[in-house]
Amino acid sequence: MIAELGHFALALALILAFAQTALPLLGAEKRDARLMSSAAPLAIGQFIAIAASFACLMWAYAINDTTVLNVVQNSHSAKPMLYKITGTWGNHEGSLILWVMILALCGLAVSAFGRGLPSTLKARVLGVLGLIGVGFIAFILKTSNPFERVWPPPPDGQGLNPVLQDIGLAMHPPLLYLGYVGYAVTFAFAIAALIEGRVDAAWGRWVRPWSLAAWSFLTGGIALGSWWAYYELGWGGYWFWDPVENASLLPWLIGTALLHSAIVVEKREALKTWTVLLAIIAFGMSLLGTFLVRSGVLNSVHSFANDPERGLFILALLMFYMGGAFLLFAWRAQAMAPTGIFAPVSREGAIVLNNLLVCSISAVVFVGTLWPMFADALFGAKVSVGPPFFNLATFPLVVPLLLAMAAGPLMPWKRAQLWPVVQRLWAAALIGFGAFFLALLLTGEHVMPAVGFGFAAWVIGAAITDIADRTALFRTRLGNSWARARNLPRAAWGAAIAHAGIGIVAAGMAGMGLAQEKLVAMAPGDTTEMAGYTWRLDGVRDTPGPNFTARRATITVLRDGEVLHVMQPSRRWFPIARQNTTEVAIRTNLLYDLYAVIGEEDSATGKAVIRIHYNLLAPWLWIGAFIMAIGGALSLSDRRVRVSAPNRKAALPQGAATT
Amino acid sequence: MTPLARRALLFAPFAVAAAGGVAFYGMLQGMRTGEYNPRGVPSALIGQHAPDFTLPPLEGAELPALTSADLRNLPGPVLVNFWASWCVPCIIEHPQLMQLSREGVPVFGIAYKDKPADSLKFLRDRGNPFRRLSKDEPGRVAIDWGVYGVPETYLLDKQGIIRWRFAGPVTADVVEHDIRPLLRRWA
Repeated sequence: MIAELGHFALALALILAFAQTALPLLGAEKRDARLMSSAAPLAIGQFIAIAASFACLMWAYAINDTTVLNVVQNSHSAKPMLYKITGTWGNHEGSLILWVMILALCGLAVSAFGRGLPSTLKARVLGVLGLIGVGFIAFILKTSNPFERVWPPPPDGQGLNPVLQDIGLAMHPPLLYLGYVGYAVTFAFAIAALIEGRVDAAWGRWVRPWSLAAWSFLTGGIALGSWWAYYELGWGGYWFWDPVENASLLPWLIGTALLHSAIVVEKREALKTWTVLLAIIAFGMSLLGTFLVRSGVLNSVHSFANDPERGLFILALLMFYMGGAFLLFAWRAQAMAPTGIFAPVSREGAIVLNNLLVCSISAVVFVGTLWPMFADALFGAKVSVGPPFFNLATFPLVVPLLLAMAAGPLMPWKRAQLWPVVQRLWAAALIGFGAFFLALLLTGEHVMPAVGFGFAAWVIGAAITDIADRTALFRTRLGNSWARARNLPRAAWGAAIAHAGIGIVAAGMAGMGLAQEKLVAMAPGDTTEMAGYTWRLDGVRDTPGPNFTARRATITVLRDGEVLHVMQPSRRWFPIARQNTTEVAIRTNLLYDLYAVIGEEDSATGKAVIRIHYNLLAPWLWIGAFIMAIGGALSLSDRRVRVSAPNRKAALPQGAATT
Repeated sequence: MTPLARRALLFAPFAVAAAGGVAFYGMLQGMRTGEYNPRGVPSALIGQHAPDFTLPPLEGAELPALTSADLRNLPGPVLVNFWASWCVPCIIEHPQLMQLSREGVPVFGIAYKDKPADSLKFLRDRGNPFRRLSKDEPGRVAIDWGVYGVPETYLLDKQGIIRWRFAGPVTADVVEHDIRPLLRRWA
């Protein structure tokens, strides 16, 4: 009964979403206030219906209802309750319901916080969001119904992929979806603007917080995914240029460009066409990721189902939304003339440079990810594009990006002089070179990691310079600077913090370039030396678990004869899923990780294969990403964003030039 | 920029998206008809003889070398295994190869991009499952075979025609579910 209720609620949501599309769009066209104002209650209704449907599915998981096919395929009674619940969205069907629920939540947020929006723009944005909902709910109902029954019910479920039974991974998809769906909102704003035929500062002011929020969530989601890969897969790395990882990186990169160009629209009413295009592409990349993961055209650990039928439906959706948007763009963007003009050397110019570089990196990742598939499908050629290509091709683009992102925030709008900006960066440059030479001295001949440290220090130094500059630190009394710091817009703090976060991530990457690893076969009592530590295998024992059995190794790490850590990596065997997983043991002091994995054991010799890593600055990768997300959130809490956007007639604030 | 050029440029995103859509559609159709399989590591070699090659033996192993001439007119199906001492999954699959070898299944080895001394040490420490063994230090023969990475295992029938390819470690599961049925089928 509960499952049927869920199914019904979803069908109801489809009808409400359709109404949310048709009525407000028609109302905006006819300037009918009653039709336009129907958008908000319909958005609320749609959200309630989807939330009810999601709750029904969660209930089926919680009680392990084996008459529901989706539960049978993905769950098991022996699973801990937490993973039964998170299993709701750990599969294709459930994750789609989560996706549309977050979409409906965003619609709700637009209607709730959009009081200051011009009524036609608001109605059109909600109409477009409704249209996206229609497509995806129809997709679920037609090809991926999670409420399908199975009769007679099997005695128990078939379990969930044990690799996915993990709290980091349970939280990873919701964060990613918050990011992806956030770009649905900026997309809706772009389409609404194209229909209206105008993009102005007020529009930019509305798009920026949404792109900021989406970007912050996506940053968090990607970082969480990378962290999960690091500690769960046990390969010791953090980014593998896997096609699905790339699929999440692409909207992030385009979103980064959008984030910056939206500022130019807001402050200077320039780059309008470009920003609208970026908003469309950012959502297009999110949809492309959905298509790649769910159609089975990719071969990856992440993919859900190998089903060309579903793939065809998503492709149709992708083509409908993107094809329609790009046609509308080609037809209407002509009219959008920029009003603000600027010199090449200016804040706007710096942002254009950022956009060019970030979009070039996106193009490299895009081509590198899709080329093997196209080559295979079109020419039958098996090519593999791996990390060496991506590292080699992105590096020359990342270097100028890191150089320029330091200077950008110091430049004034409209027209700037390069020399004063360079002069103000001398301290950052000094720190950068200092870090480079220090790293070179300490690590021997490892040039590339030293270059990485140099750039990391440069970016962090520049972010500090930016804040010091704005608060007139060292140029006036400390109290004065303090007062200035408190009055500084939060957007300025957010930008500096997010930029510093990038520097910290860069340092983490450079550190990982110096990581050491060793693979040894050890018998109990054996010791081995690595990275100045003595690693002793004390023994390997059987330990039981709720739905698995494990072999757990005990490794003692010593330095100069003193015991530092006892690490217990294990290997789990899940009999129901007939699958092995590795549980990595990690000890961190925030400067480096000691990382140990137990591999296969040889019963003849009694030796176990142990892999140990010394990962310098590994935690900084995720700390840096977290700081970036914090910077985004801080910028989001800026007063300019919180107070509703001004009406279109209101003049542009002149004080804008200070940020 | 002339207005016409600008107009054309504004259509560029649509054109790119449309071309991508058509290509993806072709891909999905290919998956349906079975012409395109992204998951398979299908190998153009299945149903064909192994490519011609001659390789030197691994000195010190006291085993005859493996060349393509040895893969014609066999008494029964054989396994050809590409491996290296530096590869972790090779350590995992090693006991299975030893077991098959003990049962009398001919397992031929090619040491891929490995230092001879390391290969030799690997076999000394863990045992030798191979009846014939060659070294492919530059990895050129592996390219001809289309090897993705080590370990990779091929099953050839009596006539020396490649019937099966497996990329990744041969676990006990793979032995039971793939190799044993194939050995029976092509016996």
